[in-house]
Formats: sequence, C-alpha cells, structure tokens
Amino acid sequence: MATVRKDAAAPAVQEAAVTGKGPAPSGKARSRTRRSTLPLTIGSGLLGLLLWVVLANIGIQGFPGPLEVAERAVTSIGDGTLLGDALASLRRVLTGFVLGVALAVPVGFLMGWYPVIRGLIEPWLQFFRMVPPLAIIPLAIVLMGIDETPKIFVIFLASFLSSVVSTFQGVVSVDSTLINAARVLGAKDRTVFTGVVVPASTPFILVGMRIGLGASWATVVAAELIAAQEGLGYRMQQSQLYYDLPTIFVQLIVIGLIGLIMDRALLLAERRLTNWQERR
Amino acid sequence: MSPVVSGAPKIEFRDVSHSFALGGGEFAALDRVSLDIADGEFVTVVGPSGCGKSTLMNVAAGLLEPDAGQVLVDGESVHGPSPQRGVIFQQYALFPWMSVRKNVEFGLKIAGVGAAERRRRAERFIDMVGLTDFADALPKTLSGGMKQRCAIARAYAVDPTILLMDEPFGALDALTRVQLQDRLLDTWSRERRTVLFITHDVDEAVYLANRVIVMAARPGRVHRVIDVDLPYPRTEEIRLSPEFAELRREVWHSVYHQPTPMERTSS
Repeated sequence: MATVRKDAAAPAVQEAAVTGKGPAPSGKARSRTRRSTLPLTIGSGLLGLLLWVVLANIGIQGFPGPLEVAERAVTSIGDGTLLGDALASLRRVLTGFVLGVALAVPVGFLMGWYPVIRGLIEPWLQFFRMVPPLAIIPLAIVLMGIDETPKIFVIFLASFLSSVVSTFQGVVSVDSTLINAARVLGAKDRTVFTGVVVPASTPFILVGMRIGLGASWATVVAAELIAAQEGLGYRMQQSQLYYDLPTIFVQLIVIGLIGLIMDRALLLAERRLTNWQERR
Repeated sequence: MSPVVSGAPKIEFRDVSHSFALGGGEFAALDRVSLDIADGEFVTVVGPSGCGKSTLMNVAAGLLEPDAGQVLVDGESVHGPSPQRGVIFQQYALFPWMSVRKNVEFGLKIAGVGAAERRRRAERFIDMVGLTDFADALPKTLSGGMKQRCAIARAYAVDPTILLMDEPFGALDALTRVQLQDRLLDTWSRERRTVLFITHDVDEAVYLANRVIVMAARPGRVHRVIDVDLPYPRTEEIRLSPEFAELRREVWHSVYHQPTPMERTSS
C-alpha cells in the first residue's frame, strides 16, 4: 500500500519541481495582474465615494457627506481624541493578543506532540470556540470589574482560541518523512521537535496569528461599546448618544484602516518568515 | 576491485515478518524474509507494488519495528534509527527552510561536530554531488535531481556504513535518472558503503547491483536472487551489452511473471 501511495505522490513532486524552476515568469504574470487591478481598485474607490455623496445629498436624516466627515477627522486629530482613542484600543488589542499567542503556541505544540494532552484539552477548546468571546463579557465584568482586565481577558481569549487550533494543526500536519529524515540522521525527540516540528509548523502558526489578530480587533471594538472610558468603540458609543454621525463615520474608517494595516503587516511578516515554502 | 567482501554479513534479515491492518483484514507486507547482505555490497530490490520493498527498508532503517524476526547490522539487533544507516527517501525529504549547506550540516550538528569542521565536511560532500554553486540555495529553487543529490550529500556527510535508498530516483525523468545512477555508482566506488537500493525499475536494478533481489507480493517475500556478474565501472557499453540484456530479461521475467497471486494485477 505504501508503494501505491508514493506513486500517486510522484507527479505532484515533479510538478512542484517544475514550478519551482520558473519563478521569473510566474512573478511577471503576478505583477501584470496586479497592475491591471490597480485602476479597478481606484475606480471602485471613486464609485464608492460618489455613492456616498449621492446618499448624503438625497437627504437621509443626518447622514454626513465625505467633506463633513473629513472635517470631523481633522478636528479629532487636532484635539488629540482620535489618537488617544486609537492608542487605547491598540494597547488593549496588543496586550491581549500577545498574551493569547504566548500561551497558544506552547499549548498547541504540547497538544500536537502528546496525544494525552490533546485528548484532555481538545473538548474544552472546541466548546469555547463555539462561544463568541463577546458572550463572555458580562461574566468577565462581574468577575473582574469594569477596568481594563475584562476587556484584555476577552481579547486574550479570542486570540488564544484561534492561534491554538492552528498551531496544533501545524504540528500534526508536519510531513512524517521530514521527521524520519531527522531521526535517521541521529536526531532524538528534542532535536526533532526544535529542528523540524517548530520550523515546519511556523506557516500554520502565522496564519493562526493573522486570524487571531482579526478576531481580537473585532472583539476590542465591541467590548468598548459595552464598557469603556476611552477607545474607538467607546467614542462611537458616546457619539450615538449625541446623534453625532460624522464622528461615528470617522471611527469606523479608522477601525477599518488600522485593521487593514495590522493584517498587511502580519501578512508581510508571514511572507518573509516562510519564504522557503513552495507556493503553488 | 572485488565487489563482494568476504566475512560476516553486514546486514542480516532473519525471518522478518510484518503485517499492516488493511480494511478490517491483515496485509502481510513481509512474510519470513531472510536475506544476507555483505559488507560493501550493492544490492537492489525490485518487485511489484505491495511486495513489501519499502517495508523491508523501513525495518532496516529502524523506522519500523517488525512483528516478528529481526534485522542484524554487524551482528547487532536493530532497534530504532541510527546515523550509521543513512536513508535516502523518494520524496527527497530535504528540510525546506534550510539551504543546501544547512541540510548537509544537519546530521553533523546533531553529532556535535564543531562549526568549522562541519562546514568543511559539508563542503566536501556538496562538492562530491556537484552542488557547490548551489550551497546557499533553498531546496525550492532546485530541480528534482538536484534535490536528490543534496539528500545524498546529507546522508554521506554523517559517514554511514550503510545506505538505504527507497526508490530515490523514482520521481525523476528518465534522463536525470540515468545520470544520477552513474553519479551514484561513481560515488559508491570512491566512498564504498553497503547499499540496499529499492526500485521498481528493472533496468536500474540490474545496472546498479552486485545482486538483484526480486520480491513477490501477497505475502511479501523474496522470490528470486539474481547475481549480476558485470564488471564495475558500469558504462554505456555495459548497459547496451547482450549480457546486460540477458540479465535484464531474466529479472524482468521473474518480476512480471510471478506465480498466481500476481495474476490479478496483470491489467
């Protein structure tokens, strides 16, 4: 049976070798497609802006136009509230995210390496994955008070849950031939782990981190809507009370932009760190 | 140069049996296989799919503990892998995040060889397989043949006394395969090791070996042993000689015209 499976894998290996040989043409093709989508991206942005102007002018009650929102953005930057709110939200996200990943990576590795640990932890993991982190907020506030702790805890939970699953997936999907290759070169368990399992699962971990960061960002804004004294979500909550739609728009745009920047940064890190991968 | 060195066998398979669970039943990959391989000998194993060739190699490598019987290397029972027995895998199994040089140095690093000595030894074997210009390249930039040459250098670097090769050239195109066969024989004649080479290619089996082991399937067992009395170095003339053709015919016949259990795979 082993032979049959290997024969089936052979064309795939060859194909990978062939595509690996020609990075220049594929790179050229990719930059060509990117060039052709750029006008579309700009056009799409302009169309959106136009639609916004139209919506604002046909007179939905209180709906602000782009100019009004831009003015509000300048004011909020000028008086420092926007920067303060963004920093407050970012601080929460990064604290919770770093703590979550720092715990998720070792736990994921242990689960992937020791079946007993996996068996003990996995049911709880699967259960809590089904509970939206925001649903924990009422409980967290009751147990931890209304300061920073419950918000950071919820973000920690969001990033931990998504990172731990992908780390664990990364460990169990390490190619067993690579592990065998290390063992026949004399590697003992420790070296197999640090020298093969850890680097081979890095791509999975980084993907998990990206998902985790997205989940954290979504969670922090929602958590601030519920209970906070500063932050982007808090500012929106306040603006809602005063029917201040321009400020809500500013916050929404900033939330989207910061999320986009963080995601691109992690994507870039991922590309750099896992540059050795054969991409198909 | 006499191909077979006299004395106690380097590798002994003694009544090795191993089964896999398969769809509720048992699949006898190896059934009481006994085989002696002399020190410095080049033995190839051919056989149809499911004859247990790869299982034989995994048992010898220590990656698989057989259900019954044992494998002795230098008279000592094999339990678990050892750098003394180098393995070359069909899928190359290079560490994709390491350069060619780092791959070749991997085993030396585990053995605790110092950085300078490690680099010197790695360079020697990278040179041996002709990859000097690619020492700092990542595996993804190499062709299949180059990857396998890197894997051979990596196996040689830890100075094994035995090389176990599991269809190493099976995924390569015909031309590259012939080139690598010549390279391998050239290396083997200069850096003599005991080689157990698994293949499904009859030409390859005859061209490389002192001795061809033909296996049969269901259950996996040794069907015939055919001595290859052709001189080394093997050349194109030998490959095209009538003696080669005769041996090839003989091996071909015993691989593809095996007793009854094989009838069903004749499609």
